[in-house]
Amino acid sequence: MTSFPAEPSITAEPGVSRARRRLTWARVGRASVPYLLILPVLAAVGTILGYPLYNLVTLSFQRYGLFELIQHSGHWIGTSNYGSILHDSVFWHTLLRTVIFTIANVGLTMVLGTAMALLLVQVSAWLRVALTVGLVLVWSVPAVVAVQIWYWMTNFQNGVLNYVLGAGEHDWYATTFSQLSIVTALIVWAAIPFVTITVYAGLAQVPAELVDAASIDGAGSVRIFRDVTFPILKPILLILTSLSIIWDFGVFTQPYLLIGKEHLNSSNYLMGVYVYIKGYAEADFGRGAAISILMLLIVAILSVFYVRKMVRMEAVE
Amino acid sequence: MISAAARRRRSGRQAAWNVLGIAVLVVMVFPVYWMVSTAFKPDNEINSSTPTWFPTDATLSHFREAIAGVDHPFFWNAVENTLIIVGITVALSMVLAFLAAVALAKYRFTGRKLFVVLMIGIQMLPQTGLVIPLYVVLRNYGLTKNEYVLFGVILTYMTFVLPFSVWTLRGFLLGIPRDLEEAAMVDGSSRLGAFVRILLPLVAPGLVATSVFAFVTSWNEYIFANVLLLDQSKQTVTVWLSYFTGTSRHTDWGALMAASTVIAVPVMLFFLLVQRKMRFGLTAGAVKG
Repeated sequence: MTSFPAEPSITAEPGVSRARRRLTWARVGRASVPYLLILPVLAAVGTILGYPLYNLVTLSFQRYGLFELIQHSGHWIGTSNYGSILHDSVFWHTLLRTVIFTIANVGLTMVLGTAMALLLVQVSAWLRVALTVGLVLVWSVPAVVAVQIWYWMTNFQNGVLNYVLGAGEHDWYATTFSQLSIVTALIVWAAIPFVTITVYAGLAQVPAELVDAASIDGAGSVRIFRDVTFPILKPILLILTSLSIIWDFGVFTQPYLLIGKEHLNSSNYLMGVYVYIKGYAEADFGRGAAISILMLLIVAILSVFYVRKMVRMEAVE
Repeated sequence: MISAAARRRRSGRQAAWNVLGIAVLVVMVFPVYWMVSTAFKPDNEINSSTPTWFPTDATLSHFREAIAGVDHPFFWNAVENTLIIVGITVALSMVLAFLAAVALAKYRFTGRKLFVVLMIGIQMLPQTGLVIPLYVVLRNYGLTKNEYVLFGVILTYMTFVLPFSVWTLRGFLLGIPRDLEEAAMVDGSSRLGAFVRILLPLVAPGLVATSVFAFVTSWNEYIFANVLLLDQSKQTVTVWLSYFTGTSRHTDWGALMAASTVIAVPVMLFFLLVQRKMRFGLTAGAVKG
């Protein structure tokens, strides 16, 4: 029985035959069990992520191109990777573009997602089921597939979007604004289901008596939302917003594939695409590592709120 | 008593909400419908400037071309690679994550908070920021070579699957009442007996749901697969699909949508299966990526 591999997951509770060993076994066992349990995960994450993160820092201070990759050793150049990036207007323009892009995407996702959750409460039961199933379907579409669908819908020749808008053979990929607008539409469409379903679950926490009381007191639906529903939803909305900010800031797959390699250039980079092209595609790993570090720092600052919130929730449970 | 007029007013408002709800449903689901319907349409309907909203003569030719056509080889290779990667990633992650989740749910220990911060923090790392060091490190260890590259990808995926699996499983374990476990022990079973007979059946739905999340995350992954799996015969389905339009200027939309449908359907089925579990909480959000 003791050989059963899952046994360590339960505190050491020795059998009767081993009663004499009980004291030491129990004491050492009890204390070390949780550490033994988390050890495999720590080891896996540490080796696959810890070392590369360390590597990322050292790479960012080196000249490390294709030649160095083959040689397995870089050239120490101090902070000049950082210097050249911070003096590069492409970096600053990309950063500004990404910030604006993130604000637009998160704003649209949160407003539309919340509005749909409120709509779910109002519609008849059969439609609520249909909408939920529909939202889960949209949620489940893999990002690469979603890109292909939108690529087809926005095609200038036979795309259904041009037909519906009566736009002739309008090219949606002609300007940066238009390209990023289509990417935004795609991302918001794909992100709404998660927000809607989570907010809808949160709405269940709003006591019906409270809403009834407010409406008997003569409050309109806008006031009820502002003074009754919103305060209760606020923690959920804050968590969803910070998650969306982190995701949208680092987004890669959608802009990279939808805009397409031949259209990508410094005028339409987002941070995720920029770091990929500068570092990996152009095989300038040292510079790419420095951009990655700057990006990780920005996201780390953005994440502080979310992580703290989650840790606090964890402690309460 | 509600007066007849009030009831009529109420049902009128309900109808208005329903109309809006139907409009939203149509707009949201349309892209998915458009993918599936295009996949079944004959070419002349696809390439016409007036769309056919409801195709009447369906064809399977696009599917045949997508998965077995000469223009798009390696589909079955991609499926095989993906199943190997996803299968091993999910199996290993579940075992490791379950152990750690037990530690978080059932024990208090020094460093516990740090571990929680680590698990949540990793999920926040932008993956593109890690492409370069992971590529360089795996290459230095020879794990980008064709014969080992799937192993390299599995290791990479595990880092991203583990944190949210630990987190989600912990939630499911917390949901199990302590009394049940203790009651089983009072009955004279050992802790292991209690685990196998009481805890495991109760955790099983959680394990299934978490495995589904892990499956979907690895099945959908594109960034690392695109960087690490350069050989066509080693690609996963997402990389295979991303190259589908790659070469020619004239896109075969029917085949592209058929291929997209084939790749999306397993995920859709799984999502609908665990749909109710997903409302379980924010943890499910970790699946997005």
